[in-house]
Amino acid sequence: MRVEVNGEGMTPRAETLAELLEDCGFETASVATAVNGQFVPRGGRAAVKLTDGDRIEVLSPMQGG
Amino acid sequence: MFYGVDLKSRLMLGTAQYPSPAVLQQAIAASGAEVITVSLRREGRGGADFRQLIAETGCRILPNTAGCHTAAEAITTAQMAREVFGTSWIKLEVIGHADTLQPDPFALVEAARVLCADGFQVFPYTTEDLILGEKLVEAGCQVLMPWGAPIGSGQGLRNLEGLRSMRAHFPDIPLVVDAGIGAPSQAAQAMELGYDAVLLNTAVAKALDPVGMAAAFGQAVAAGQMAAEAGLMPKRDMAVASTPIFGLAQL
Repeated sequence: MRVEVNGEGMTPRAETLAELLEDCGFETASVATAVNGQFVPRGGRAAVKLTDGDRIEVLSPMQGG
Repeated sequence: MFYGVDLKSRLMLGTAQYPSPAVLQQAIAASGAEVITVSLRREGRGGADFRQLIAETGCRILPNTAGCHTAAEAITTAQMAREVFGTSWIKLEVIGHADTLQPDPFALVEAARVLCADGFQVFPYTTEDLILGEKLVEAGCQVLMPWGAPIGSGQGLRNLEGLRSMRAHFPDIPLVVDAGIGAPSQAAQAMELGYDAVLLNTAVAKALDPVGMAAAFGQAVAAGQMAAEAGLMPKRDMAVASTPIFGLAQL
């Protein structure tokens, strides 16, 4: 299975979004996630099973105007 | 009142493009702004430091959807921002053209409708078009943010009369000039028109001395607000002597 995390291709060991975030070392409490353009709330990450070709975005606060 | 929130300072300040985090922090303090805009980007280095910095400012956070070109992107970004920042406020930007960064009015209204129904308090980045403004209000927006000029251009209020009409057309909706302001005099001008606030970023961040410019903008916005409240004199076509004629000497 291949997925993209923030635009970078990878082959995850994890089966769920929650596990993937842990494996990648994200600060899970301070990021927001989306899978294939759909928002996944913090409480829903464990229930999201990763599938081949998933595009995952992990975002955090940045400077903005 | 911006969604029930009363702001003493009517300057809203962007947090991007400053020479350093320290300068950003000092500029926010010098400006007196109570609202700062932030964005969401892919998690990278420095994320934790920035989170701490914005928390330390004590300012109210207005997350934006900058860079979104479709309603779907903007809606997802807004949902992500609400979770990360713990606020229902969202500066809704749906960009229609890469060169002008002007809003896509159709996607903007579509996104505003979805977000307002979902409980967001939407600050839409719009143009001075009155019908578009009405559609946004119908969608549930209780604030409108027309542009002064294209984002980052520093051109000031390009359509002064259009902005004046908008103020007259929406007497009860808080209006914020967002984008295009380059100089404190232009910010004061927006406030003198009766606008409720101005939102800017580049004019402060790219000044030679951002901290000094932040203070200048803070004072200009305050002066413009005081002037609007005090009531400006009407313009006249002809000169009218201010010194009385009565008692003039016959020399």
